[in-house]
Amino acid sequence: MGDLLDRRLIFVTGKGGVGKTTVAASLALLSAERGRRTLVCEVDAKGNLAESFEAGPTGFEPREISARLWAMSMDTEASLRQYLSLQLRLPVVARIGPLAKMFDYVATAAPGVREIVTVGKLCWEVREGHYDTVVVDASASGHVVGQLAAPQAINQLVKVGLVRLQTGWMLDILGDPATTGVVVVATPAEMPVSETLGLVERLRDETNVALAAVVVNRVLPELFSRQEEELFDRLASDELRGALEVELGVDPRPLFEAARFMVATRRSRTEHLERLRRGIDAEVPLLYVPYLFLRSHGLRATHQVADALGAELGY
Amino acid sequence: MPDSGPRSLDELVVGKEVVIVCGSGGVGKTTTAAALGAMAAVTHGGRVLVLTVDPARRLADALGLPEFGNEARRVPPAAFGPAGSEARGELWAAMLDTKQSWDALVHRHAPDAETEARILENPLYQNVAGKFVQSHDYIAVERLYELHREGRFDLIVVDTPPTRNAVDFIEAPERMAELFSSRLLRLLIAPYRSRMVNLASRPFYQVADRILGSDFLSDIAEFFILFQTMYSGFVERARAVEALLAERRTTFVVVSTLEAAPAHEAEFFMKLLRAKRFHVGGLVLNRVLPAYLADPVVSDSAARVVAEADRLAEVLYPLVDAEAPKVASVLAEVGETCRNLQVVARAEATQRDQLSVLAEVVATAPELEADIHDLAGLLRLGRSIWG
Repeated sequence: MGDLLDRRLIFVTGKGGVGKTTVAASLALLSAERGRRTLVCEVDAKGNLAESFEAGPTGFEPREISARLWAMSMDTEASLRQYLSLQLRLPVVARIGPLAKMFDYVATAAPGVREIVTVGKLCWEVREGHYDTVVVDASASGHVVGQLAAPQAINQLVKVGLVRLQTGWMLDILGDPATTGVVVVATPAEMPVSETLGLVERLRDETNVALAAVVVNRVLPELFSRQEEELFDRLASDELRGALEVELGVDPRPLFEAARFMVATRRSRTEHLERLRRGIDAEVPLLYVPYLFLRSHGLRATHQVADALGAELGY
Repeated sequence: MPDSGPRSLDELVVGKEVVIVCGSGGVGKTTTAAALGAMAAVTHGGRVLVLTVDPARRLADALGLPEFGNEARRVPPAAFGPAGSEARGELWAAMLDTKQSWDALVHRHAPDAETEARILENPLYQNVAGKFVQSHDYIAVERLYELHREGRFDLIVVDTPPTRNAVDFIEAPERMAELFSSRLLRLLIAPYRSRMVNLASRPFYQVADRILGSDFLSDIAEFFILFQTMYSGFVERARAVEALLAERRTTFVVVSTLEAAPAHEAEFFMKLLRAKRFHVGGLVLNRVLPAYLADPVVSDSAARVVAEADRLAEVLYPLVDAEAPKVASVLAEVGETCRNLQVVARAEATQRDQLSVLAEVVATAPELEADIHDLAGLLRLGRSIWG
């Protein structure tokens, strides 16, 4: 299947709150570091992507934020206008004023139009070769299938017209596993794992886009070996804790509680990790990113996640 | 904050008829909504309905229901039994079925059976009702209104759809009314009502026809023409639904974790709710680290254990029957772990202070070691945030 970052179009998705945006930002950073001209695009314009890079707000017009790395935010109206002018070659009159507003209403009412201008813009950037790689901070798992399946849906809904003609080449780009792939981000917890497995199934059944990798984010460290854990239990016993308290001058109980909390939390998550591994085809790589005990959530976190992903990918 | 305001979720919920639970995805919204509903049924009595949009089987299982759908079902009283608490009231649950709810809405407002049938068969309608995200928001509010109006429940707790941000949910009725009364819409469907096409709008139809094809365009037009037969009922309804959200009997409970992104969204949403004069009654913070971790004394001793691990190991190793370096390594690991968790706990404390001023009542729930699988688990979570 080749290397993850050899693909031209990578959609990053996952359940809300699993760190999807950070992973997308990190993959884009890695791609640029490896010498590829990379565009990273935030689809749900919440501004979280800009925070990951700490490089000011992003807009529809891609902006170079570091060497070989451009960032943009999807704007369906702007995308529709660009689509109308560049691909459908419509006269200016149709793209401004009340007519443009009308299209917005049609787009609101007609399912798939918003999705197609989003996916269409991304595919177009790939087709035109403006960038070597396009990384998409896509919608959360609830909506991403609708987005990726939009070209097919439009094909069924719209029988004639230019829009239908346009969907063919998009389907070619999306359907080629060497070109396009989906990265699903999960955390080792019940709901994110269940949603990931459900999403993987829906991607297979309802879209023609291949699953490229699953990123498991926020994996807690293994604190102790079995032997060390026995030693830990003895150290945490009343007698030993008393001896330690004498040495420190304060009650060390909270320290042991904190360590025990970490061990217990990690253990409760192991079964979800195993369920995830069992549920995903063996040839799809699982990439593990450790939990980051960080104060910041900006560029520093993005770099650390990029380092972890780079190590997993063998860079 | 005035003295008369509620001091706990218990006091907040007892005075309300509708509690709308919202927040970004993955913060435990559905579970929190169910826990609040269960606690209200147990402590306040009456009939409590939890209206969820989450199709996860887990909630149905946790509530002891074999299945649940658009029709409210009562949680069997036996489910409370093993949970060790006598419910004073009844707990009911329903799951929003978007398609069914839309069909019911059409049925209610369509002028005659033929129009109803034509709407239900329209391809655009089928797409709108089934897939269209914003329609999901609207129908959730609409269903809430219907259930409230029926008067069968004393309290309805709503778990809102996982929208990009919950703003879409509160603005859905307004937008729906706007769409139906818009001049643009009338312009769009005009040529399908009469053969006279206004000269000024001609470029639009030419363009639209080129892009979308006339079949699709006529599907759109038919859809809106049919929907316009329901216009007055629909708009009136959307206004009433909107009014219910703003009433005194209604309150919003925002759920978040203290991680940066969800907290950021919760803050934005609470500010927006307040600006729109909705009642932000509660803020529930899930998966919060234990308070002792933010204690400076603990942080000090953790730092010392790391720095003095070798010396401490020399003292302790004869007592545990292990080699000194092994003891030192375990001690250092313990101290390091504590310090790691503290970094996160301190960031959480700051985040919490910033958010707390935006809601009347703030409750925190710890990171749960096990997932919730039954009513007992929901009540355990409920009790930790209720008081």
